[in-house]
Amino acid sequence: MIWRRWSFALPVVIFAGLAAGLYYGLQNDNESLPSALIDQPAPTFQLASLPGHEPGFSSADLAGHVSLVNTFASWCTPCRAEHPVLQALAATKRVPIYGIDYKDKEDAAVAWIAALGNPYTRIGADDGRVGIDWGVYGVPETFIVDRQGRIRYKHVGPLTQADLDRKILPLVAKLEK
Amino acid sequence: MIRLRRNTTTVVPAKAGIHASTARTAEQWVPGFAGTTERIINLLLSFIVCFLLIAAASPAHAVRPDEMLADPVLEARAREVSRELRCLVCRNQSIDDSDADLAHDLRVLVRERLKSGDSNDQTIGFVRARYGDFVLLRPPFAIGTALLWGGPLLVLLLGAFAVARLYRRRDVPVPPLSAEERQRLSAVLKEEGSR
Repeated sequence: MIWRRWSFALPVVIFAGLAAGLYYGLQNDNESLPSALIDQPAPTFQLASLPGHEPGFSSADLAGHVSLVNTFASWCTPCRAEHPVLQALAATKRVPIYGIDYKDKEDAAVAWIAALGNPYTRIGADDGRVGIDWGVYGVPETFIVDRQGRIRYKHVGPLTQADLDRKILPLVAKLEK
Repeated sequence: MIRLRRNTTTVVPAKAGIHASTARTAEQWVPGFAGTTERIINLLLSFIVCFLLIAAASPAHAVRPDEMLADPVLEARAREVSRELRCLVCRNQSIDDSDADLAHDLRVLVRERLKSGDSNDQTIGFVRARYGDFVLLRPPFAIGTALLWGGPLLVLLLGAFAVARLYRRRDVPVPPLSAEERQRLSAVLKEEGSR
């Protein structure tokens, strides 16, 4: 009987399967959650401006063109790391970047932008409620919104140049076609 | 600490007996390991006390007094809904348990929805529409979660199958001895008997 002959190998096979599964789990990035809003229309909102950065930012601004929506805050360290990447992107004028200043103090946010530069076409100050509508669970998060105002992609965590080159910009180009 | 014995004088064994002049009567002399039992009992008692304290402590809730609704019925429903929703910052806590800022915002949101007349399910649906199935602490049954829900049943069936196989194998009747075997057996028995 083949079964009798090879049954001794069963624990080894089970172990190998388990090890492979766990290894896969370790390698996979399961930290960032998929957005429930992909291909859904972006929420409707109206955000007040930061002093000196009028006007604010509202959902109407997203109509008719592909745009990036970036949530940030002056208290958020990864946002600081991401900022030069956004600055470089803004300098190319490739795609407008809209900022949602998430749960921040007005003066701290203004000082932050004064010190690091402003890559944003428009900035809205959010007390957290609009963030919830976008499904934000931490900052920074970056969304790609298409011409019809639908959310097409969400990036969780700071953007790197590699993220831009590999994911964000190709998708922007595709959506603009 | 609890003292089991009174008036004991601890004498370091190495010194005990060296200075014979300092009167140490037999009943005063305590061996080096004296008090060990006492110490173990004390340790055990403190463990038990710690355990009881931990067991008695009710789980902490993060709900702040200023978040609570005046209507106790509505507040109770809000607590019920909050326990179903995962805090996405701490992941393994409900928003009812979590101190995260986002959890606070969601608790306030839940209470607002309930106050405006939403049912519990509608409120949960509102949050789920924004954060997806992951926000539900009780995952819904779907293709992706079929193994999760069906897993225990699957393991049970596998176990039943294994047990059934084992018993079936045991029930196989043992074939009767052949003539040759019987002959060998009687030879062995005879040998035993002659000893």
